Amino acid sequence: MKQRSLFDVISPIMTGPSSSHTAGAVRLGMLARSIYKNIPQRIIFKLYNSFAETGRGHGTDKGLLAGFLGYGVDSENIKKIFTIQEAKKTDYSFEYEQNIDRHPNSVDFILEGSLNMTISGNSIGAGNVEIIKIDDFTSKISGEFNTLLLFYKDKPGMISKVSTLIQQENINIASLDCDRDARGQTASMCICLDSEISKQIIQKIEEIDDVYFVRSIKKLEA
Amino acid sequence: MIYSINTFEKLLNCCKSENKRIYEIMQEKEAFDFEISVKEVRQKTLKNITVMKETIKHGIKSKEKSYSGLCGDDCFKLKEKYKKKKALFGDIFEKITQYALATTEENLRMNKIVACPTAGSCGIVPSVIISLSEEYKLSEEEEINALITAGTIGYVISSKVAMAGAVAGCQAECGVASAMSAGAAVQILGGDDFQIINASVLALKNILGLTCDPVAGLVEIPCVKRNVFFAVHAVTAAELSLAGVESKIPPDEVINAMVQTGQLMSPLLKETSQGGLAVTKRGILIKEGLKLE
Repeated sequence: MKQRSLFDVISPIMTGPSSSHTAGAVRLGMLARSIYKNIPQRIIFKLYNSFAETGRGHGTDKGLLAGFLGYGVDSENIKKIFTIQEAKKTDYSFEYEQNIDRHPNSVDFILEGSLNMTISGNSIGAGNVEIIKIDDFTSKISGEFNTLLLFYKDKPGMISKVSTLIQQENINIASLDCDRDARGQTASMCICLDSEISKQIIQKIEEIDDVYFVRSIKKLEA
Repeated sequence: MIYSINTFEKLLNCCKSENKRIYEIMQEKEAFDFEISVKEVRQKTLKNITVMKETIKHGIKSKEKSYSGLCGDDCFKLKEKYKKKKALFGDIFEKITQYALATTEENLRMNKIVACPTAGSCGIVPSVIISLSEEYKLSEEEEINALITAGTIGYVISSKVAMAGAVAGCQAECGVASAMSAGAAVQILGGDDFQIINASVLALKNILGLTCDPVAGLVEIPCVKRNVFFAVHAVTAAELSLAGVESKIPPDEVINAMVQTGQLMSPLLKETSQGGLAVTKRGILIKEGLKLE
């Protein structure tokens, strides 16, 4: 369980007006960016339900883009993000949909480029967020932990190979979740860590046979 | 040293047995839990105070409307009114009402604020603490003590209920902010630890059942004006508590009542904009009007 803090009550220092619809949107954008890493050729932000309905008035659209471009929840650029140079160079658009199967405050980042990827996230209140899906794989990335995300071939021994490398740095694993599309096909792994992992270990994990994709997603500032 | 302060009773017992003030208990606990120094806890608190002051300074000069065009010039109107005719309750009332509006209006303009405890209720705690600080010429240390005291109250309440309109209605947003401010005001005005907690629950008892029914789902109607009302509410609670007026219901039982009330409240009145003000004839017209833009 998360350790409660005085600064859960006082904070965050943020750009208004809503912790769920503005700050949450920024944080989702930040997480999506660290999963995809680069700026894709094209970004479609697909907003659902309350995000679609009241998102414009809350600056949800601005927040998602600002977060994706690397700005934090208290950045003065959120408000004017559509006019800044970096945004003008980026090909982005917004779509809106009502869908009862989705969380009230949810978004898909549809990212196109050398790598096509759809990242789905929810803003679950008070600025807290979760990335629940990457393409067809369920994920568990909240920004509360430094998280390692892997895609690899589904076969015996992969978890132990990865965890052995993590253990080399004496890093504690807070949680580990896996998913796969079919037996023997592609699998995903989300590992929440209690501390930051070194570049050397990440490189070693990348070098494991049949590991296709590795991302180290840094914990978000409170 | 590990304090458990998930109830007001435990918090007050801690104060007694350790012979420390509420803010001292909290800052030591925070330092222990997050392996930082008390000094760092106080520096983080000061950073929040600094932003609160900047927000007020910026907001009080502005009459820029929000994206929706619904709100943004109330503080300006109030300032103009006070120029012509002083407030009935004097200078400090003028400050509290203006600072609360200035802060919430900055929030809806997408400018920088401190969520305290939430963005929608961000005007209440700063308006009370900063107004009293100016009036009584508080030192930086005393301001920090006051904000940590306010935060402690929110911390204790949030061990029973999440600070979100979707969970317990506006009780958990402006209601809690008002309780936090009442406690901070008593700390500033020289009351003891019991009076601080008592002021908080006096404030809280009088917001039970407060719904969250924002028009068009925006943090504007009724949120902006509500911040002013509950800043003043906090000061009322502080005055009563300093006079020795006690809540006949013990503090932790008041919190339980608030939690239960939140559970009994229909989801239509908890941040879904499907009841109350949001579905008034005008509320719906406003929502439809925004969609057309």
